[in-house]
Amino acid sequence: MKSHVVLAALAATLAATSAFAEVAPTEVTFEEGAVAQSLTGTAGNAEEGSKIVANRALGNCVACHVISANSADFQGNIGPTLDGAADRWSEAQLRGIVVDAKHTFPDSVMPGMFKTGPYIRPGDAYTGKAAPADLPPILTAAQVEDVVAYLLTLKE
Amino acid sequence: MTLRTRATMFAAAAALACGFGPAMADPAEAELVVNEDITITTKAPAAAHLEGHLDTVYSGWLFREAETRKMQMDDFDNPMFVYAERGQEAWDTVEGTEGKSCANCHGDIAEGMKGVRATMPKVNAAGNLWSMEDFINDCRTNRMGAEAWKWNSDNMKSMTTAVSLQSRGMPVAVAIDGPAAEFWERGKEMYYTRYGQLELSCASCHEQNYGNYIRADHLSQGQTNGFPLYRLKDAAAVSIHQRFVGCIRDTRAETFAAGSQEFRELELYVASRGLGLDIEGAGVRP
Ligand code: HEC
Ligand code: HEC
Ligand code: HEC
Repeated sequence: MKSHVVLAALAATLAATSAFAEVAPTEVTFEEGAVAQSLTGTAGNAEEGSKIVANRALGNCVACHVISANSADFQGNIGPTLDGAADRWSEAQLRGIVVDAKHTFPDSVMPGMFKTGPYIRPGDAYTGKAAPADLPPILTAAQVEDVVAYLLTLKE
Repeated sequence: MTLRTRATMFAAAAALACGFGPAMADPAEAELVVNEDITITTKAPAAAHLEGHLDTVYSGWLFREAETRKMQMDDFDNPMFVYAERGQEAWDTVEGTEGKSCANCHGDIAEGMKGVRATMPKVNAAGNLWSMEDFINDCRTNRMGAEAWKWNSDNMKSMTTAVSLQSRGMPVAVAIDGPAAEFWERGKEMYYTRYGQLELSCASCHEQNYGNYIRADHLSQGQTNGFPLYRLKDAAAVSIHQRFVGCIRDTRAETFAAGSQEFRELELYVASRGLGLDIEGAGVRP
């Protein structure tokens, strides 16, 4: 009986913490392209970020960018190299670019990683089928923070 | 198998060794001469309607590695000739309730189908925009009493290959005015629509970024003059609409179906971006 109460209290606290901390894709505030507030309230994990930027199903940033420090194969050149990105941009600016680069570079071909629309004929990942009504963003809030933490390590 | 591995290694070596500078962005300086006989135009000044978008149009052939380009220069090395032979066989085969073959009405394929591929897709007598597949199935169902072939079936691809080869080395000749104009306009609108969760249009990759690399892929202008073509990766022939399906799917979008009205219109517009280039008949791509 007692332990149940403790557990419930603990669960409530956890829920409250994440509800407080996690910003939803529709709630992100941009200031000249930058997003000052962390999406999770906790620092991202740069090591995880280094995997996300190379993962085809996730960020796949290396499809368009060269990151010399990353071991991913076949890095593309649609966008500029991200080497030294942390020298050129602040944390808030980098977060803004990852969340939705079109606030920084209007008409950019860079996809918004943390948005849920509006899209034209959104699909269910790479299946070619229609997206579910509750289409999740390409990256979760935590994954965005991981990528931002990783970008902050890219100094020259 | 060996060919595929070699091509991959080649691409990897090129990507690593040469860096990613603009020098790599250029299409190859190469001439496409097939069987040391047929010269095919793979580079030409862009059509007037592309002003402000493209100055020069290039065949996808120029963006492939030397190894792959070579396969298209000799019919013995070109895997599409397996399809071409099957298509030629079907051309002469009587099928359906009317007891007819294609040859009965159209004669020798070399004469009956000369230049036909270069004009596709086009508006038919009833005012509909049709791809070559539609014309073929119309003849099969309404004139031969035979079953329609599925758009991406081996039978259909074999026939479109055999027919396309009769336009090899002839310039793309699609009509975009008159009754075709409204279809062309809609195809153009599709070309610049940013589909899917990645919000990318055909132009994002094939107009703004041709010559660049997206991951391992060297982006071409996405021309259709080489179709139907052989994809080494799939070890099979690929139709124009099949390629469109793949490209739209890769933007994390809900794609359109092969044979859909949307894709016929897109096909017309994309074909018109290749005005000036020659039909390759049967291309080879990685
Ligand atoms: C489809 C290609 C594409 C993908 C995928 C992509 N980007 Fe970009 N990115 C671009 C382009 C193009 C630019 C240049 C800005 C513009 O559009 O004018 C850019 C710009 C940037 C910049 C600013 C560059 C600088 O330093 O000046 C950063 C940082 C960046 N991207 C990070 C990322 C990250 C991180 C990812 C993965 C989560 C990613 N990009 C995925 C195309 C892409
Ligand atoms: C009974 C006679 C007949 C048979 C059999 C026949 N066709 Fe046709 N085909 C026609 C006629 C008539 C047209 C329409 C010509 C027109 O409207 O300009 C046509 C049109 C076409 C066209 C479009 C040509 C163009 O220039 O627009 C193609 C391609 C075609 N046929 C392929 C085939 C193939 C492949 C077969 C066998 C599977 C076949 N046809 C069998 C009579 C036939
Ligand atoms: C995310 C980038 C991307 C987008 C967007 C895209 N494609 Fe492609 N497409 C590719 C890649 C990669 C290839 C294979 C390499 C090449 O030829 O560019 C390709 C190949 C093609 C080819 C074959 C060219 C050849 O000669 O082999 C055609 C045709 C084509 N695309 C048409 C389209 C059309 C039409 C659209 C819009 C519906 C489109 N693509 C959108 C990436 C893209």
